[in-house]
Amino acid sequence: MHGRAVLRHQGTMDRASPLPPADTHDEDGELTRLHPNYAHALRVRTTLSAIPLLVGALVLEAISREEGLLPQGMIAGPVLLIALALIIRIPATRYNARGYQLGTDRLRVVRGLLFRSDTVVPFGRVQHIDVDQGPLDRFFGIATLTLHTAGNHNASVALPGLGEPLAREMRETIRAHIRRETM
Amino acid sequence: MSEPRRTAPLGVLIGAAGSVQNAILPAAAAAFSTGIGGSGLWIGLAVGAAAILIGTAFSYIGWRRLTFTIGEADIRVESGVLSRTARSVPYERIQDVSLEAGPVQRLLGLVAVKFETGAGGGEDIALQYLTAAEGEELRRLVRERRDEEAAAAADPANPAQTGAPAADEGDVVFAMGPGRLVTFGLFEFSLAVFAVLGGLLQYVDNVTDIDVWNVDLWRGWLEEQGTAVASLGPYAQAAGALAGLIGLIVIGTVTGVVRTVLRDWAFTLTRSARGFRRQRGLLTRTDVVMPVHRVQGLVIGTGLVRYRFGWRSLSFVSLAQDAGNASHVVAPFARMEEIAPIAAQAGFRLPGAATAWQRASPRQRTDKAVRDAAPFLLAAIPTALLAPPGLFLLPLGLAVLAVGANLYAWEFRRWALDAGQVYASDGFLSPKQVIATRLKLHSVEIAQGPLARLRGYATVHLGLAGGNFAIAGVPLAEARRLRASVLDTIAATDYSRLDGLPRDQPLSGAQSGFSANRLAT
Repeated sequence: MHGRAVLRHQGTMDRASPLPPADTHDEDGELTRLHPNYAHALRVRTTLSAIPLLVGALVLEAISREEGLLPQGMIAGPVLLIALALIIRIPATRYNARGYQLGTDRLRVVRGLLFRSDTVVPFGRVQHIDVDQGPLDRFFGIATLTLHTAGNHNASVALPGLGEPLAREMRETIRAHIRRETM
Repeated sequence: MSEPRRTAPLGVLIGAAGSVQNAILPAAAAAFSTGIGGSGLWIGLAVGAAAILIGTAFSYIGWRRLTFTIGEADIRVESGVLSRTARSVPYERIQDVSLEAGPVQRLLGLVAVKFETGAGGGEDIALQYLTAAEGEELRRLVRERRDEEAAAAADPANPAQTGAPAADEGDVVFAMGPGRLVTFGLFEFSLAVFAVLGGLLQYVDNVTDIDVWNVDLWRGWLEEQGTAVASLGPYAQAAGALAGLIGLIVIGTVTGVVRTVLRDWAFTLTRSARGFRRQRGLLTRTDVVMPVHRVQGLVIGTGLVRYRFGWRSLSFVSLAQDAGNASHVVAPFARMEEIAPIAAQAGFRLPGAATAWQRASPRQRTDKAVRDAAPFLLAAIPTALLAPPGLFLLPLGLAVLAVGANLYAWEFRRWALDAGQVYASDGFLSPKQVIATRLKLHSVEIAQGPLARLRGYATVHLGLAGGNFAIAGVPLAEARRLRASVLDTIAATDYSRLDGLPRDQPLSGAQSGFSANRLAT
């Protein structure tokens, strides 16, 4: 009953004031940014995924030059420009859009540029924990922390781009919490 | 009890019967390929006999090599002819013991015993074919063992424990007699039989010389019939059309009734100290037990037409599921007055007059109405330009309809939060309600698309074990508050011990809700 009363009260407050814009600095507290190397890793990944496109564009360019259909550089040029823009812009924005917040009993993971998602997992609900490192992650010294829950939705919540020691430390923290609650 | 045991020997017969089924095709193939007349028939029979013999032999060896052991702490099943598999399931991990018997098995008095662990898919242990008595005995035993383990930490105030522990026969909470079943079947109108007929037609096409898909054949037949129909005059034509329609309705209804009767014959839901037990089925009879504390949430559904008559269905969301990943239906066709006591026994409160419903954001209503109407509006433009005049009114009318339906549906999209539960309700033609215990949620996500971010609302996804629970169009601030209160509930209760050690679960999760519910009523 008490909770509902609070809810009502706060609800009227919201109607009075305009809704806050979706931002990383919200009432739920400041988000911790990920390891700066994560932005570099994202950049390398974007570059790698752009390579097939560039190769395709070059092939088309070569064909069109033989046929004499288009002036030189009409295909490869724009593709190169778009790829460069993406490689420069996207990793930084994606990096900025991501963040996490480690509470005493919960982990909050925020991600997404266009489609934002803001997930909270209570430690008490964690079934098991993974720390993964791909080759690229290893090079940059970062790791992905994945929490598995029993819910059908968000059966696994991944938090990529943590410093590797930090990821392990977080895993220990969460695990200690689970063990303490279990006893 | 702890020595290895074998399943019922009669099970070999079922394996042999299966091999007969498997033998038909190779036998027929052998017979046809060698020429049906004379020696071909004998070759076919020989191949069939060999296939049956091999199948039966495999079935027998498989039976010889499969043993199960009822241990102190677990059930172990060892199987495999060449490569041996030994699987062990601790009692405390067994969610559910279900007994299933198809028509042949029932004839022989056998059941398949399935131990559901919630591991998902085919990872569960199944003992194929014990005698019915053995199956019941095994289930009772597993439950006793499991409860003995739980008893160490049992709460004395726990009503489930204070109730007669050995009593297996509980009170009947819900049952459907033949009359109800037929009524239910009438609402299960289905034209699936025509799909079957289509399949048969294809079969006829493949096996016989009649080329079903030959258009000329049908055209000739139709013209023949058409002239006959045309000569009848308009009234007779109308009568014929009406008769066809009635025939369609009759076939659909009969299909519905037959399917329902086959599936839900003698549907009984009983509540005992162990939990809920559901038995149903005419030819294939299933017997499922659902411990109360495993129930994560409730879904109250209904249908377009049956809702007008006040019929609804109740399902339990849990890790154990019916075939096809559906939640366990505990009352497929019931009145709200019948559903309420079942929900109460499962430890859930149904929303009542005191429930403080919150509506979805009006902005989401507007956005959704615009988005749904937009395709029709876009279609109206080329129609207005190209099609005969007046025809553009059709997509325009549909657009208006879409907007109207959305505005009306918004009235029914709502959610509520109380001390222990989350409620959500959606749909205006056939409203569906989901009720979940706050304590048993596993994560909370606030998701926003680009439009939702611009307009300040969000979809809240609640992590429910065994089901999905999403509330659309919640104003962002409300969504945050919803999440905060759910998380506070979880954090305030030392829940992970309940979750980590399932045998401890009844102590708090269901019981607190149960007693709270008792207090409320």
